[in-house]
Amino acid sequence: MIRNKSAKKLLLKGGRIIDPFSKKTFIGDMLIENGIISNIADSISYRGKNYNVVDCKGLIVTHGFCDIHVHFREPGAEDKENLKSGSTAAIAGGFTQVCTMPNTDPTIDTPEHVHYIKSKSSKLPVEIFPIGAISKNLQGEHLTEMMLMKKNGAIAFTDDGMPIQNPQFMSLALRYAKMINVPILNHSEDVHLRNDGVMNASKTSSNLGLKGNSSLAEAMMVYRDLLLASSTGSRLHILHVSTKLAVDLIKQFKKNDGLITSEVSPHHLYFTDEDIDEFNTNLKVGPPIRGKADRKKLIEGIKSGLIDCIATDHAPHTIEDKETTFNDAAFGMIGLESCFGAVNKVLVKNNGMSLKSLIEKLTVNPRKVMNIKSDLFQIGEKAQVTIFDANEKWAFSRKDIYSKSSNSPFLGEEMVGKIKYVVSKSKIYTL
Amino acid sequence: MLKSKHLIGLENFPVSDLNKIIDTSFKFKEILESPSRKAILLKGKTIVNMFFENSTRTKISFTLAEKRLGADSINFSTSTSSVKKGETLKDTIQNIDAMKIDGAVIRHGHPGSALKLTEYIDGAVINAGDGSHEHPTQAILDMVTLKEKFGKIKNLKVGIVGDILNSRVARSDIFALKKLGAQIVVCGPSTLLPSNAGQLGINVTHNIDEVLGWCDVVIGLRIQLERMHLGRIPSKREYHSEFGLTYERISKLKKDIVIMHPGPMNRGVEIDSKIADSENAVILDQVLNGVASRMSILYLLLADKSEQI
Repeated sequence: MIRNKSAKKLLLKGGRIIDPFSKKTFIGDMLIENGIISNIADSISYRGKNYNVVDCKGLIVTHGFCDIHVHFREPGAEDKENLKSGSTAAIAGGFTQVCTMPNTDPTIDTPEHVHYIKSKSSKLPVEIFPIGAISKNLQGEHLTEMMLMKKNGAIAFTDDGMPIQNPQFMSLALRYAKMINVPILNHSEDVHLRNDGVMNASKTSSNLGLKGNSSLAEAMMVYRDLLLASSTGSRLHILHVSTKLAVDLIKQFKKNDGLITSEVSPHHLYFTDEDIDEFNTNLKVGPPIRGKADRKKLIEGIKSGLIDCIATDHAPHTIEDKETTFNDAAFGMIGLESCFGAVNKVLVKNNGMSLKSLIEKLTVNPRKVMNIKSDLFQIGEKAQVTIFDANEKWAFSRKDIYSKSSNSPFLGEEMVGKIKYVVSKSKIYTL
Repeated sequence: MLKSKHLIGLENFPVSDLNKIIDTSFKFKEILESPSRKAILLKGKTIVNMFFENSTRTKISFTLAEKRLGADSINFSTSTSSVKKGETLKDTIQNIDAMKIDGAVIRHGHPGSALKLTEYIDGAVINAGDGSHEHPTQAILDMVTLKEKFGKIKNLKVGIVGDILNSRVARSDIFALKKLGAQIVVCGPSTLLPSNAGQLGINVTHNIDEVLGWCDVVIGLRIQLERMHLGRIPSKREYHSEFGLTYERISKLKKDIVIMHPGPMNRGVEIDSKIADSENAVILDQVLNGVASRMSILYLLLADKSEQI
């Protein structure tokens, strides 16, 4: 368990406050009373007051992170994760809001299922926004009741994990979702072209004798989706972009209207397919970890703002799911707890991205994609604050994992930047 | 009588002809409400009703209109004809025309079939619905009903709710209403609206409460349940909840609005029974006006000049 205290009278003292919404940065104090931000100023006195003072000197105080792509496996696979354990992992990663994917068992494809997730998560440490399925049972054939699901709290729609193959169905889904102004999120991959590949189709896959998943499988579908969304004027969010080709296509289609958005996952920014030299099943993920040129392009894309945000695609699996051959192992890895230390290392320390820019990709931008309020540092606002040390070096280990699963390729990796405190839902969590 | 020889569609139909048909319909309505209910104005005229697609009220309405006018009418439907034996549309129609007919009423599943018919026969052709294209006689009876209820159509605020994309009624109603100067807002799920609705010069919304709050009259369209299987709408429940003419919605309006529906209705889907059967519903008036309108159309297209109403 992560230690927590009520944020009844909490004074965050002397941190570097970075507000990615107003783009203001200053050394100052933040007062939180009963979970609500009651004052932000250069200096707030605590003499004679009964404040719980947290010394934030040398630390960054910013918006709570928002991860728009997590799998919490509830209902149906609670041995891998549930809403509660997933929420704790989110806190450990500095996240105060997450969007959960609908590919559970049963699928989140009715208003009743959305309501179930909403009500079950109301008392958890983070705020959970369920994403609904586009098609009933992820079959890609019948639209779900998106309007009623939205009324029950669904924030977007996706058949993540089961890429929609029928372009006419995709077009209808985009048009239907446009009506209620929510994005369609597609796991853009042509399943035929994917050809049962278990890793990136490359020299490494040839050397290892593993079946390759070509970049084209992603690029073809990204192109289709961009064409469809552009013709209908709908909102399209491309999940976990992994290829250079896809980045180039997004560049071609993305305009200033916010209709086309995309995300990249930490593991695609951090690893290359050459890291799979010892059949490490924790690196088996869909879409696969790609080659050096792809990784370079993804880093450029997130730096330039072409890719809007970072999303972990936190995908817990049991030990049995992963302790097997590479062919048989499940796709996916957990990612919440290791996210910040990994992306801060890759992007800010090693590739010259500014910390402020990185914070945007974890806070304001993902919230914009999902229409979630992003102006968090307002007086009277419910406090969602993440406090971290931007420079601390540490090694990611099992004790840092709060997920029920531990399928992480980051285990043993050196991370840069560590989450120290998170304020969420009237509590402060100390990591 | 009329400038037009046929009634194929309202898109290019002269407004003077449209007004003449509407005005004359009221005279026939008086006749229908009189004890005799007849006006033998088409004596000796032969009309064939060709129904290549199922129909209840349109077919009965035309047959009745023809009988009330004293015409000789013949009914033809695919299920009992040589079409089933593989005869082409052209052959079927030319054979019928060879028997000397004065007018033909056609209902067919394909857009353009009524127009095609004018190439094969000499008499007047009346379109009783060609696929998703037009259903001009339904629109005319709707105009008659509106004029009867409101005294005029100009500037009337008309909401049309439902499957606009596949509805011939919606198309013909829109053409007629635009010609007559009404204001139109269409409402339905985006998957059942034409993607170029903006270009048709009509306002589009997905918010039914907005339409109901604005309009004087709402025309509910039948939602074809097979659309659900084509993936265009997710469920009856969602359609009813988001686009249905429900009692809950309509009873909370601060004004009365007139309710129309061309039938057949899916009660509980696009319209609640309580609304369909309410005082503000003119759905059954539409049916009687249908007979009067069709008498007016048949009379104006087929009667000899000497036959004055």
